[in-house]
Amino acid sequence: MPEPREGQERFVAPIDETPLRAIDAVDVDAVPENQWKEAWKRLRVSPLFWLAAAIITFIGVMIFFPTLFTSADPTRGSLDDSFAPARDGHPFGFTRQGYDLWARTVYGARASVAVGVLTAIFTALLGMITGAIAGYYGGIVDTLISRISDIFFSIPLLLACIVVISVINNTWPNRGFWGSVLVVVVALALFAWPQITRQMRGAVLEVKNLEFVDAATAIGATKMTNLRRHIVPNSLAPVIVATTITLGIFIVAESSLSFLGLGLPQNVVSWGNDLSDAQNQVRSGQHLQVMYLPAIALGMTVLGFILLGEAVREALDPKARKK
Amino acid sequence: MTETQGAQTPLLKIEDLSVAFRAGKEYLTAVDQANLTIYPGQTIAIVGESGSGKSTMAHAVIDLLPGSGQVTGGQILFEGTDIAKTGRDQILALRGSSIGLVPQDPMSNLNPLWKVGRQIKEALVANDVAHGADADRRVVELLEEAGLPDAERRARQYPHEFSGGMRQRALIAMGLAARPKLLIADEPTSALDVTVQKQILDHLDTLTDSLGVAVMLITHDLGLAAERADHLVVMYRGRVVESGPALEILQDPQHPYTQRLVSKAPSIASQRLSSVKARAEIRAQAVEHAAEVAAEVAGSGEEFGEGSNDILVVENLTKVFQLRGSKPWEKTDFTAVDDVSFGLQRGTTTAIVGESGSGKSTVARMVLDLLPITSGRVLFDGVDIKDLGSKKLQLRFRRQMQPVFQNPYASLDPLYSIYQSIEEPLRTHDVGTKKERETKVRDLLDKVSLPTTVMSRYPGELSGGQRQRVAIARALALDPEVVICDEAVSALDVLVQAQILELLNDLQAELGLSYLFITHDLAVVRQIADNVLVMQEGKVVEQASVNEVFDNPREAYTRKLLDAIPGGSIPLASS
Repeated sequence: MPEPREGQERFVAPIDETPLRAIDAVDVDAVPENQWKEAWKRLRVSPLFWLAAAIITFIGVMIFFPTLFTSADPTRGSLDDSFAPARDGHPFGFTRQGYDLWARTVYGARASVAVGVLTAIFTALLGMITGAIAGYYGGIVDTLISRISDIFFSIPLLLACIVVISVINNTWPNRGFWGSVLVVVVALALFAWPQITRQMRGAVLEVKNLEFVDAATAIGATKMTNLRRHIVPNSLAPVIVATTITLGIFIVAESSLSFLGLGLPQNVVSWGNDLSDAQNQVRSGQHLQVMYLPAIALGMTVLGFILLGEAVREALDPKARKK
Repeated sequence: MTETQGAQTPLLKIEDLSVAFRAGKEYLTAVDQANLTIYPGQTIAIVGESGSGKSTMAHAVIDLLPGSGQVTGGQILFEGTDIAKTGRDQILALRGSSIGLVPQDPMSNLNPLWKVGRQIKEALVANDVAHGADADRRVVELLEEAGLPDAERRARQYPHEFSGGMRQRALIAMGLAARPKLLIADEPTSALDVTVQKQILDHLDTLTDSLGVAVMLITHDLGLAAERADHLVVMYRGRVVESGPALEILQDPQHPYTQRLVSKAPSIASQRLSSVKARAEIRAQAVEHAAEVAAEVAGSGEEFGEGSNDILVVENLTKVFQLRGSKPWEKTDFTAVDDVSFGLQRGTTTAIVGESGSGKSTVARMVLDLLPITSGRVLFDGVDIKDLGSKKLQLRFRRQMQPVFQNPYASLDPLYSIYQSIEEPLRTHDVGTKKERETKVRDLLDKVSLPTTVMSRYPGELSGGQRQRVAIARALALDPEVVICDEAVSALDVLVQAQILELLNDLQAELGLSYLFITHDLAVVRQIADNVLVMQEGKVVEQASVNEVFDNPREAYTRKLLDAIPGGSIPLASS
């Protein structure tokens, strides 16, 4: 054996410098954490999330306690007050019809957010069920669901809603607040689900081949049990992100429909209707304040939900999650 | 190893190097006052477990530490210049041209959108070695040199058209493209089959010897390190705990950590006669316990099966997959498993050994009834698993045979707490009350030597070895008779591997379990198995007892697998 060269002589470190530890010892003091808890930890320190939460909380209070913000009635007005400037108790003045502008904006949140949230929930449910079935069972079922969703996906959302709502308007003209909301929600959800289906299907395809699913099958779990216990919960993250982001889009869609006179009927207080009324002012260029207020409210709400979606996406991003 | 004459000034000298990572306001030391010397043309190896700081040290040399890491002390002298203190430009000049790197994971280190040739050409152009058509010619030469046949065509292919071994060869070609003086090989073969590992390392040896390139080999396997390098540096918890001539360390380890490595690493342990004796004792106990279980099964008439000695019999098992052909309406048949027959006796272990693609895992999945059988039969304790008509019988069968899978990161549901994971089989089979199930889970955790505090934790917080122990606990929850381990220790560090093998052995002796043990690594087989089935391309090429296979292999393929065990040829001190 050749003599070791300089710097490569035998060296043994003093044992007390690096005492041996048990092989693969468990850190007993650690606090349990799963994906959701970890995500919450990341959300908690995200300024984006707190900004979104502040906006959404503010809107939420406006919806449930409108009287905290205004004592005026949004559906009572006098033409004497048409475009009247702000005065005591009416901080932003009046609309063309003499309604209190601020009260209209505060009460309008209810319809807009109701449509957004309900549509998001319906879409998510529909998309999750179809996506999970397509991804998990595969074969002919998958082909069928995927092709149908492709067809729906290729129809422009607003155009399809215009057609559907026009038809319903003829058969069910006077339907009140919740009836009107329901019609818009159903029309939107009917054409928006394929997006969630695709997300869910992709996630399920990935999860169903993981070994813990095989392990559950080997235990004796049936296909349905496996889907419910392991596959769906592990596929939810991308769907939740997509749903929060689309929520904002649905609110805009409702306003667009109302603006066109097809969303919520005139007698329902909503931002879309107010914007629709205000469009005349754009042409004349006078009294533009009746447009600004609902537009800002709408913009802020959509921003709030989109920021929330963005923050949730960052918190749930598998790349950011520790392995 | 050939000694390079002449050059007596070190090529690389690391003196008291410390590297720390910033975590919030604190600094976590990853490398603590490490020393190391490499002479020109010499191969040295850094050995350590994951988290020992071995890769961090190598990355510090080429200034590739991740963002939060930085050198906090000491020197890195490359040909006499301290590169820890020089500017970025000088490091950039050194990278590639003087110091090359072969990274760890061949799957993620090639750009999937670029042809392999173009990626090597990039290395040539970046280091000003060759340009234009010259560079193209050089790329082909380099690929040929790295041992890729048909190099010209290969250079025009994309990474996905390469196997893992071929990608690693391409990365070696890239690392050596600018003829560096030092090549850092960071676990270059840990993602590959043992036989491919041997081929690639052999080739790397001859290549660097003929080019006179010094190699810094980073590995977790002491056997492999000692076989390839003449100087060893053993790292543990960020410190160099022992260093010196390879043979001396292997035959006379001084530091307790090195002693642990030498005594436990499967590649080295597989040579020892003591492992054979230990296994024989375990089998004797296991068979005795298993016989008691069998007598119970045969006597009761309630239990599943006949209580026969052959707990598992596989007859002419065949699996044919239909692959998409060249035209959409055409299908080609691919026989993944071809006429495989074997038996597993109560209380013993049968190992199925083969390279990836040999069909060994497909056998396991068919035996577990997770994959439909094309032809042949699987008899569990005398009952054909295809004839389990009723749901009730199927569930009874499931109870008797449980799997432990390879990937410790995918085999537990990340959203289930450890308690829920282990309790799941009990819940599925409606065993006991909630309270009884909790007692059982505690008992199982105790059996796999995990503290009960882990019950409320989630898989993401446990190490690979700990998760594998949870998977074993889950497999044992229903008191099965057979456990199928599909590469159950392949993804683990050597010491953890040894620990899990020990645990499996202890459980077998205590409970009289029978194992079907699937692995690509013959080294682990000797410590756990009694019979071996060697598979190649779906067929069984050799079938014998473990000792027979190790001492007197009949097939050339089996000999190839045996030769591939790293460190197998090194004489050990008598122990």
